[in-house]
Amino acid sequence: MSDFVSDFWSVYITVIVIVGIVGLTYLLLSQSKTTVQKGEEVKTMGHVWDDDLEEYNNPLPRWWMLLFYITLVFGAVYLVLYPGLGSWQGIRGWTSVGQYKEEKAQAEAKYQPLYDKFMKMDVKTVATNPEAQAMGKRLFQTYCVQCHGSDARGAKGFPNLTDNDWLYGGTPEIIKTTLDNGRHGQMPAFGAAFGEEKVKDAANYAMSLSGKKHDADRAARGKETFTAVCSACHGADGKGNQALGAPNLTDNVWLYGGTEKAIIETITNGRNNQMPAWKDFLGDGKVHLLTSYVWSLSNKASAE
Amino acid sequence: METQSTYNYKVVRQFAIMTVVWGIVGMLVGVIIAAQLVWPELNFGPWFHYGRLRPLHTNAVIFAFGGCALFATSYYVVQRTCNVRLISDKLAAFTFWGWQTVIVLAAITLPLGLTAGKEYAELEWPIDLLITVVWVAYAIVFFGTIAVRKVKHIYVANWFYGAFILAVALLHIVNSLAIPVSMWKSYSIYAGAVDAMVQWWYGHNAVGFFLTAAFLGMMYYFVPKQAGRPVYSYRLSVVHFWALIFTYMWAGPHHLHYTALPDWTQSLGMAFSMILFAPSWGGMINGIMTLSGAWHKLRTDPVLKFLVVSLSFYGMSTFEGPMMSIKTVNALSHYTDWTVGHVHSGALGWVAFISIGSLYYLIPRLFGRDGMHSTKLIEAHFWLATVGVVLYIAALWISGVMQGLMWRALNADGTLTYAFVEAVKATYPYHFVRLLGGLLFLSGMLIMAYNTFRTVAAGRPVDARIPAVAAHAH
Repeated sequence: MSDFVSDFWSVYITVIVIVGIVGLTYLLLSQSKTTVQKGEEVKTMGHVWDDDLEEYNNPLPRWWMLLFYITLVFGAVYLVLYPGLGSWQGIRGWTSVGQYKEEKAQAEAKYQPLYDKFMKMDVKTVATNPEAQAMGKRLFQTYCVQCHGSDARGAKGFPNLTDNDWLYGGTPEIIKTTLDNGRHGQMPAFGAAFGEEKVKDAANYAMSLSGKKHDADRAARGKETFTAVCSACHGADGKGNQALGAPNLTDNVWLYGGTEKAIIETITNGRNNQMPAWKDFLGDGKVHLLTSYVWSLSNKASAE
Repeated sequence: METQSTYNYKVVRQFAIMTVVWGIVGMLVGVIIAAQLVWPELNFGPWFHYGRLRPLHTNAVIFAFGGCALFATSYYVVQRTCNVRLISDKLAAFTFWGWQTVIVLAAITLPLGLTAGKEYAELEWPIDLLITVVWVAYAIVFFGTIAVRKVKHIYVANWFYGAFILAVALLHIVNSLAIPVSMWKSYSIYAGAVDAMVQWWYGHNAVGFFLTAAFLGMMYYFVPKQAGRPVYSYRLSVVHFWALIFTYMWAGPHHLHYTALPDWTQSLGMAFSMILFAPSWGGMINGIMTLSGAWHKLRTDPVLKFLVVSLSFYGMSTFEGPMMSIKTVNALSHYTDWTVGHVHSGALGWVAFISIGSLYYLIPRLFGRDGMHSTKLIEAHFWLATVGVVLYIAALWISGVMQGLMWRALNADGTLTYAFVEAVKATYPYHFVRLLGGLLFLSGMLIMAYNTFRTVAAGRPVDARIPAVAAHAH
């Protein structure tokens, strides 16, 4: 396992580094011999620039030289102990990947039992356990807030988790599946197939479904398009299909915005969205607590 | 020919005045973005959004303010220490107008969102090409003047200016290599971790050669001149010059600790950053020891105060830098306000202070006056700037260490104690103090502008005569 495409580069790096450190040491040694005798006056170099610019030639300050030597020794020792000289691995055998794995293993040994003890309880029971809820909330604040927000109300493109409106379903089992495997939400682009006018008509029909202000003529025309094309995923009644993650269009909850402009953009260019999979990264214990916490967000009454 | 008997002060005057102007502009943008961090409502539209103003601020203070200060002082110093006029007035004038064009183009394209996306190298490819042409002209003028010098030995300040000009050319060209896809969009020829490494090789050496080596050149002329004392040690200047320019080139990877950069590269970056400590301090020692025997002048001379305090901040930030490059310290400090504070203790405390001090020395001499219009106003500027820097860096130390500790704090169950937004909220008071520090620093620059205006208005442009080379200057 080498970072180099050929041994040449490893040798090249090693040689320059060693020559560099030795060269700096030599430079320092070569200039460190002169000391000023007591009572001796320091002379200038005898050169004058710009009327009055001159230079004394005081010896290097001893403490400064010492400092320089210490850093040179430190650098040399460090590069013996740690990787640095080309493909030399260092006698400590340290790697950043190794350090990460070690720290991760330590953390898992320390923390995993805290999570695993809740595995025996079902999600709804865990939701009534104050300790588990507090841990779930902290997990959420660590891993989920970046997209869903610290209040879990989401943002454009990131679902609100508190409103009991679910793209894929809100039962504990489905929430766990979502967390474990992630989701890849896709809506195809229809701009080219429909053309501008038909897109606008379909958008107005979509707006009519949730009782928004819309252009009735356009909505009437849009209904034909909807029935022929859109209903395949969103259903004939526009109430969506959780098996496909197709949103309900009748409830006035809009992941990407419910203005005519935003809906036209969605139909024209489609949408492509991804929730990452957490199973491998977090492990079952943490996913279990998070499932319970997320479920409780829209089931406050039964969780308390 | 008349011009052959005088130094070319015209280009020095132009750059010196623009240093003050761009200093105010760049620092004003800095104050605005500091305010945006306290009051996010101040982000107006896409053009005046933090994300676009921040690169404008960094480009304006580093390359417009710092760049003009370096052009002005290097042209002044190289002429006076070589006893010869710049080899070409036309090329020198070209570097002035070319550099101003680069700055104006930056001020237009960055708010428009036209960016290459590389920190401190955001400008798009047409501007990069212009920078290259101007820089080559700069190198020709500078090294050409050294080549025809009337004094045998090359003064130490010129070594540092020369290293700066050569290294910046190399850094700029290598890091900016890109494939244009349109007039205002290009893609770097590097990818992934290699791109990151090239970027921070550039980024850290921009600090090392633009903001350190070049300003050490400034220090080596203006400190002994203002103190009226010989440089402390020629030997020390030789050792720390060669050690500094060799070692800086290796330090870049410390910007990429704990990333996808290979382990060996990170280790080398850290080891050489530690080795860089003593060479950096060599410059500080030589500057401060030059003052021994002239300490009493500090009581009455605010210009000397600027120069001495700049060396103190230089020493402090070049101690802090190697420390922050240690991986375990970096694990706490990286990505926090501490880094921003560190940069500003160098940028304001060192770069701006040494430039301001040098300009107060330079401006009266360029306009035939004995001194600036008001010494009291220099004194006022000094105290405003000092209090400003101290507030700024102290606030960001506290805020940065606090952020680092909050981000890594764990609950008993291994989850994070604080959500990210809680750390953001906790920084508000410190960001306010930082804004205050920045405002004080900016107000000092406004005083400087007034003082400069009065000095220039009462004087007239002069071009000093080139004296015959003294017999002992062999």
